[in-house]
Amino acid sequence: MGEKLSISDLNKKLAEMDVKSLEGVTIEGDIELEIDAGAGGVGPLFAYYFGEEVAKVAVQLVNMAKAFGYPVESLLQPVAVAQAISPAPAELAKAAAAVPAFKIPDTLKTAKFAVGTDKTWKTQVQEVQLGATKADGGSRGHVIKIGGEKAMPFFFDAAMPNRPVVTIDVFDMPIGMAKAVKMHYEDVMNDPADWAKKAVKEFKADLVTTHLISTDPLIKDTPAKEAVKVVEDVLQAVDVPIVIGGSGNPEKDVEVLSKASEVAQGERALIASASLNLDWEAIGKACVANNNVCLAWTQLEINSQKELNRKLMKVAGVPRDSIVMDPTTAALAYGMDFAYTNMERIRLGGLKGDEELNFPMSSGTTNAWGVREAWMVNSPNKNDSSWGDRMLRGPIWEILTGFSLAMAGVDIFMMMNPIAVAYLQEITQSLMGLIKAETPDTTNWISMEV
Amino acid sequence: MKETSPLNLYKFLPQTNCGECGEQTCMAFAAGLIARSRKIDECKPLFDEKNQKKYGKKLTSLKDVIAPEVALIYVGAGDKQLKVGGEDVMYRHQMTFFNKPPFAYDVTDAMNEADLVERVKLIDTWKKFYIGNWEEVEMVAVRCVTGDAGKFAACVKKVMENTKKPLILCSFDPKVLKAGLEVSAATRPLIYAATKDNWKEVAQLAYDYKVPVTLSVPFDLDGLKSMVATFKEMGLDDLVLDPGTAPNGEKLQESLQNFIKLRRASVEEGQKDFNYPVMALPINAWLTTKDPVRGAYWESVLAATFVIRGADIMIRHSIEPHSVMPDMHLRFNIYTDPRTPVQVKPGLYKVGKPTEDSPVFLTTNFALTYYTVESDLASNGIDSYLLAVNTDGIGVQASVAGGQLTPSKIKDAFAEAGMDFETTTHKAFILPGMAAKFSGELDDLYAYKVKALVGPEDSGRIPGWMEKQWPPKK
Repeated sequence: MGEKLSISDLNKKLAEMDVKSLEGVTIEGDIELEIDAGAGGVGPLFAYYFGEEVAKVAVQLVNMAKAFGYPVESLLQPVAVAQAISPAPAELAKAAAAVPAFKIPDTLKTAKFAVGTDKTWKTQVQEVQLGATKADGGSRGHVIKIGGEKAMPFFFDAAMPNRPVVTIDVFDMPIGMAKAVKMHYEDVMNDPADWAKKAVKEFKADLVTTHLISTDPLIKDTPAKEAVKVVEDVLQAVDVPIVIGGSGNPEKDVEVLSKASEVAQGERALIASASLNLDWEAIGKACVANNNVCLAWTQLEINSQKELNRKLMKVAGVPRDSIVMDPTTAALAYGMDFAYTNMERIRLGGLKGDEELNFPMSSGTTNAWGVREAWMVNSPNKNDSSWGDRMLRGPIWEILTGFSLAMAGVDIFMMMNPIAVAYLQEITQSLMGLIKAETPDTTNWISMEV
Repeated sequence: MKETSPLNLYKFLPQTNCGECGEQTCMAFAAGLIARSRKIDECKPLFDEKNQKKYGKKLTSLKDVIAPEVALIYVGAGDKQLKVGGEDVMYRHQMTFFNKPPFAYDVTDAMNEADLVERVKLIDTWKKFYIGNWEEVEMVAVRCVTGDAGKFAACVKKVMENTKKPLILCSFDPKVLKAGLEVSAATRPLIYAATKDNWKEVAQLAYDYKVPVTLSVPFDLDGLKSMVATFKEMGLDDLVLDPGTAPNGEKLQESLQNFIKLRRASVEEGQKDFNYPVMALPINAWLTTKDPVRGAYWESVLAATFVIRGADIMIRHSIEPHSVMPDMHLRFNIYTDPRTPVQVKPGLYKVGKPTEDSPVFLTTNFALTYYTVESDLASNGIDSYLLAVNTDGIGVQASVAGGQLTPSKIKDAFAEAGMDFETTTHKAFILPGMAAKFSGELDDLYAYKVKALVGPEDSGRIPGWMEKQWPPKK
């Protein structure tokens, strides 16, 4: 049923008829143009599928055939859609012209991009000084400042005044730890002072945390007075600011941390920690009396955090510049989403003016090592793809647990694996623009060899 | 969608309360649209052609109002089709992030066939079980390294023979892209990329083959926006933006800031002329190192950066377990809907190969709690039964306090799960220590035919508890 005309014939005929509307259309070669009139293809749909110019050719062909006395109308019985909008040849041309043509412009349009800053961020996060030098009553070689942000971490709204810092865990007795962590500390495990030295000298810890876990009544029940000698040893061994932790026993910790605060008098040590489950007032007051900083620990609940901060300020009299929050770190794959969002909400709340929340935050990043993906040799699930080498899996688990919370607003990270410490420092400092490095040409990434 | 009031969506609905969508009223449906639990096309009358005259205008307006702030693009075809973009919030707690950025792992046309097939199969079959789901890799990115259109097309073909996962065709040469499209256009791959140099030819390809296209203008947001404006004017609307991913140095800071700027422009400022999904290239980590561990770690860290802040799709290289596993979990955690606690299906689970002598534990269906207990049992080789009681995904301590876990609920849950204590030798189950106060009431409920033992408060202490307390004394 198709009518076949070769283009050369068509061109000749068109030339004879002086058809103006084909100007600008160049058809090369001796192509056969087929219009299957019986299929009713000529119409807006035809124009849409084959483009405006071709439709125009079709219309010309139809007109031409008509001029030759060919019964075009009877052949053009298009399908339902085309029929509904009347396929009379004269209107076909109109319909074809109405379909927007795909047209590539000669040049790119010009455009300017602009975006504002977040105007709701009006309150600065409190800046807190950790450590004190001789000049201000301590014995540290230098001080560290954390907090002071005016925007979410790494946002362009305002530069971060202080970089995130890492404190490496030291324990007052050997403890069980994942193989990928233990291998770095085996030689110093029996001597907290050596342990602290190694953390600072070899692993570039900004601070060290001395955990007095032997004081736990269920472990060694070391008396507070005796246990805090380790704090003195560590203060002697390193000159970085320090953090002091208890055993986690809510009764014993009050005594241990109060004593530890006395031993570290004037050092602006971070005392870990006061919580709603223990005598926070005693711990808060022990911090104030000895010019130390109080870590306020709550469990993934923003309102508890507000309550504890408020009580520490109003009841225990802890000054604003001596509070750091630990809103709890749930590790990657073990509830990190809760920890992340809790911290992000705390930081946003603080920036928006909640004065019970605008304090620096701390993360117990070592919790990452409790996640089975971080330490198990193989997957317990037989259908999992290979879990590979756990010695490589563990450190990245600690890196990403810490880093994701850095993005939510954490200022100080309690960590253990030295590789994880190095990567966390590198990525956070890179995102602050502190690491100068020549950036490779990324435009040829497609053809890179890896 | 910025709208938060159902009332403002209600006015675009038929307001007939016909109930076809399953809601009793149009207002309830409007509330469902706000919560993203209902989809617009579930309102059948609105889409019925017969009602075109009556509702046509409403439908158009409604579509405008509920459109996501970051445009939603579909890549791929059929059941493997992926949603890219479609985000509505800046921070996940404001609602949720909706469409996790697909990870596309690379292959190249310079690989020999055996290596190529092996890698595609690895990508195709990679999986990891996590909180009741199989996490997978979504896409394959085919890079043209040879510059040879024929080789590229052959490579694309070979990839398609070995996976049904959607593709990204990567080349700046329109001839190469065209050759790839010739063999793959029906699967609707994403093409990468139109640049300031090749945009005319690539636009023509996107038009001819009806495929989504990436616009790449690194580190120049004005330039990227001008490209977007030009493509939109041509009627090309399936766009993905590549604002540049620098793997290190100060440019990396700039990269992240650009992602944040783009997300803020679309989500917080409603800049509808520049709100397309954004692509990150963590693969660029490999431009800075050849060390396999360093490369994998750094790529992982870059991926985390952009999963958290603003990427809607990304091209990756390292499929080593120490790179892909942490990133999968990170993406899962960030894209988990914070409005609904993560839950496991309530019921009785087997840990290991339990027998009639094995202990029977119970916990709640809060996924984290459940998997912690399960893991503590499994990793200690304790063959056992573990009942997950439906507490609406709330943990033990909170559900005991909040009444979602009660003695009668525990008894009902055992009955529903078909647990017959008569078939056990011990006729006992072990309560979580946090629910110790239920033991007396449970003994009454079971008329002392089944004993409720009190277990430790932390499931990590189950092995020690077992040594002293199991099997129970008669």
